[in-house]
Amino acid sequence: METLNIPATDDTPEVILDASGDFQFNGKSLPEDVASFYDPIIDWIDSYGKNPLDSSIFKFKFTYFNTASSKMILDILMKLEELSEGGADIKVEWHYEEEDEDMEEAGEEYSDIVEVPFEMVAYED
Amino acid sequence: MEDIQNMPELSSYMSYITEFHQGMQKNNLILVYEGEVTQEVTKAFTALAERNLEKSDESGKVTKKVYHVMVECLQNISKHANDTSSVGSNSLEKGLVKNGIFVVGRNEGSYFVTSGNPIDKDNIESLKNMIDHINSLDKDEIKALYKEKLKASRLSETGGAGLGFIDMVKKTGNKLAYCFKKIDNDNYFFLLRTLVTRQ
Repeated sequence: METLNIPATDDTPEVILDASGDFQFNGKSLPEDVASFYDPIIDWIDSYGKNPLDSSIFKFKFTYFNTASSKMILDILMKLEELSEGGADIKVEWHYEEEDEDMEEAGEEYSDIVEVPFEMVAYED
Repeated sequence: MEDIQNMPELSSYMSYITEFHQGMQKNNLILVYEGEVTQEVTKAFTALAERNLEKSDESGKVTKKVYHVMVECLQNISKHANDTSSVGSNSLEKGLVKNGIFVVGRNEGSYFVTSGNPIDKDNIESLKNMIDHINSLDKDEIKALYKEKLKASRLSETGGAGLGFIDMVKKTGNKLAYCFKKIDNDNYFFLLRTLVTRQ
């Protein structure tokens, strides 16, 4: 399937979704219209779920996101939960800058809400 | 250069600007904006804030929180300001471009972000109840409410998740201060101030 490769902008993150095994979100997310940015991403994951790899690691490395984006990120995670429950081997890695307690807490909250293997990964600035 | 001594209108305008500047200094204001709040404005201010705060000795934690509150406040105006009321109808693009005032200040103890925008009378009560409720909660209750809303809320028509106020309190640990000033019988001006404590 076609690779989704969206470069970062001032208000949207870099997104790479490559069915050969590279799945990542990097940067900040504060678009005005979150749905128009995230809907194609959710659709892509939905299609990927029909024929996923033996194992897939989705890396989330946000530096900032607004509250409207937080809902869309949950939608992505719930989609991954759905694939996981359907038998796919899915893992989520939540990367946060080690001093960024808010981003760490956001990851912990998501991992409480969704039932999908979830690993917290701290990195140095 | 023109001498403005004999130009009373210009002279009074210049005096006003001088007073305005003094008023800003007196109130510790570092940014004042009046006009349409668009996504472009939001991006410009947050970029400016990011750069200024990076240059200063402010801790990264505080910087991020100020940035966060700024984004939520600005997007609050652009999304939720009243576009049906006569005073708030300067929308270029209905529902997206709104008029308001946006102010950032700083004193020794904290940053304060204040937004103001028109709202029609009928929306006051629900807004007031929502803020009062959020203000009545302790830290753990705020976290629980945030999680509950995150799970339950569908995006509203204007694209917000209804989480903005809760998240502002959750991230800053401070209560929201607000008031409604009457403009005319149907319209009020809604002012909201959020503090970010400097550590």
